[in-house]
Amino acid sequence: MIVRILGEGQYDVADDALDRLNDYDTAVESAVEADDREAFAAALTKLLDGVRTAGVPHEVDSLDESDLILPPADASIDEVRALLSDDGLIPG
Amino acid sequence: MSIMKRISLIFRSKANKALDKAEDPRETLDYSYQRQLDLLSKVRRGVADVATSRKRVELQVNQLEAQSTKLQGQAEKAISVGREDLAREALTRKSGLTSQIADLKAQHAQLQGEEEKLTLAQQRLQAKVESFRTRKETIKATYTAAEAQTRINEAMSGIGEEMGDVGLAIQRAEDKTAQMQARAGAIDELIASGALDDVSQVGAGDDIARELDAMSSESDVEVELARLKAASQPQAIESGDILSESPEKTTTEDEQK
Repeated sequence: MIVRILGEGQYDVADDALDRLNDYDTAVESAVEADDREAFAAALTKLLDGVRTAGVPHEVDSLDESDLILPPADASIDEVRALLSDDGLIPG
Repeated sequence: MSIMKRISLIFRSKANKALDKAEDPRETLDYSYQRQLDLLSKVRRGVADVATSRKRVELQVNQLEAQSTKLQGQAEKAISVGREDLAREALTRKSGLTSQIADLKAQHAQLQGEEEKLTLAQQRLQAKVESFRTRKETIKATYTAAEAQTRINEAMSGIGEEMGDVGLAIQRAEDKTAQMQARAGAIDELIASGALDDVSQVGAGDDIARELDAMSSESDVEVELARLKAASQPQAIESGDILSESPEKTTTEDEQK
């Protein structure tokens, strides 16, 4: 499946890597909920590194939509919250 | 897959909202392409803006480093004429500059990072816009309005996601640059006000700065004088005697002690 890291581009990630990425994703989510900034930064780094390691860059000139979209590597916990709200960070 | 899924869903709904419902769906292709070109020039401007800020910080670092080197030189000269108080003052000022310089260098690295990120975003968008243009022409040439809709939706959603991503990257870069410009402006003001002890500026600086400057030029004169004397009677000169041989210098020192 295609995973986009915002600010970085798209990666093709094999389906069998998803279980591990799901664990990291859960860690990011609980850090956001607990407002734990340190845990958040560590979990996001793991998640994005997981995508970069498991994936290969998707063709840059393709017009394919991503299956999953992840926050930028240097996103703060507040930015991720804004990304998750409909009228948040994403320019409409 | 909660966080990843939720962000994806929101991105997609935004991209869909951006799709205009034109009478002939093929017209939306041209309209979208125009918006893509607009976004491309916006991201190019973004790269240029960040580069301007980076160069401004570079200039400030150079200014402060030159100032720091000058204070170091002044401290050395002050020691060589036995003015430890002035040397201490010069070194104190220099250490104040050192932390400013470190801070500016960190900002510089951050701006450089933003510039690189935006440049890459520009390249990615450029590649996709090129593909879109080709796809658009094919769709217009091959399909009737009725047939075209599905193909158009495919092409539009893919580029829509990229545009959302690039739009976000520009916005984040602008925010970061604005913060740093505010700080750079503050440093320019500090330099202008003399609070960073920029004694290198003509007419600026306080008493101690002027004294350091005067002492510098005085001891420059002494060194030059000694060099000339050495040239005329090389056997008489030893480095330790240079300054004590100057009656003018000795008087000044006595007055100040």
